[in-house]
Amino acid sequence: MPGETAKLVFLGRLADRAGASERDVTPGPLEAVLTTLDPSLAIDLLDERVRLALNGALLGERGGIVLVAGDELAFLPPVSGG
Amino acid sequence: MATDVRLLDSAFDPARELAAFTQSHSQAGGVVSFLGQVRAEAGAQAVLELELTHYAPLTLPGMRDLADSAVDRWMLDGKLIVHRSGRMGPGDPIVLVAAAARHRRDAFAAADFAMDHLKSRAWFWKRERTHAGWRWIEPRESDHADLARWG
Repeated sequence: MPGETAKLVFLGRLADRAGASERDVTPGPLEAVLTTLDPSLAIDLLDERVRLALNGALLGERGGIVLVAGDELAFLPPVSGG
Repeated sequence: MATDVRLLDSAFDPARELAAFTQSHSQAGGVVSFLGQVRAEAGAQAVLELELTHYAPLTLPGMRDLADSAVDRWMLDGKLIVHRSGRMGPGDPIVLVAAAARHRRDAFAAADFAMDHLKSRAWFWKRERTHAGWRWIEPRESDHADLARWG
């Protein structure tokens, strides 16, 4: 049910690690969402060099993120440049 | 002052883009352009294919902000940024940057500034395929040093 899920988006090498460029998840606190993922992927997503964007807006810090239905959270590893 | 900033998922013709840009800024005394293309080389390290991925909510807006910063910083008549995403082969154009200005130094600086920022700040992730397979490209230290020149 797309209306009841949140979406994680994986960019760059994180898409390779996740095996997909995006994944639908059950909404909730980010910590809880990450526990539903493969542990090695979750560790990569928690790398401090990975920036987060919630619904297209860059986040300054990642504490206290709670995903609600329809949210899109992107994980952005260091860019390679154009 | 017109800026023309585009993110394309298919091939473009840099000569045609530059001709159109130059023609639409005939009042400018000078136009400086830079073309980045996929290296074509022989040997085991040769790049067979390059893939750029972007994140739509951030990549194009970031490129537009970059063009606006250049316009704020130098006296320009026009600014062009055309950037590819997707898969490209050897010799394919990746990025075209051009600046039109009354005075050449403004045009040189604005083009240089835009390229330094695109190379290290733009929201692109790049991987290339060689005979050894696909490999993700990390930003280089020199790219960050280039960026630092602009304060």
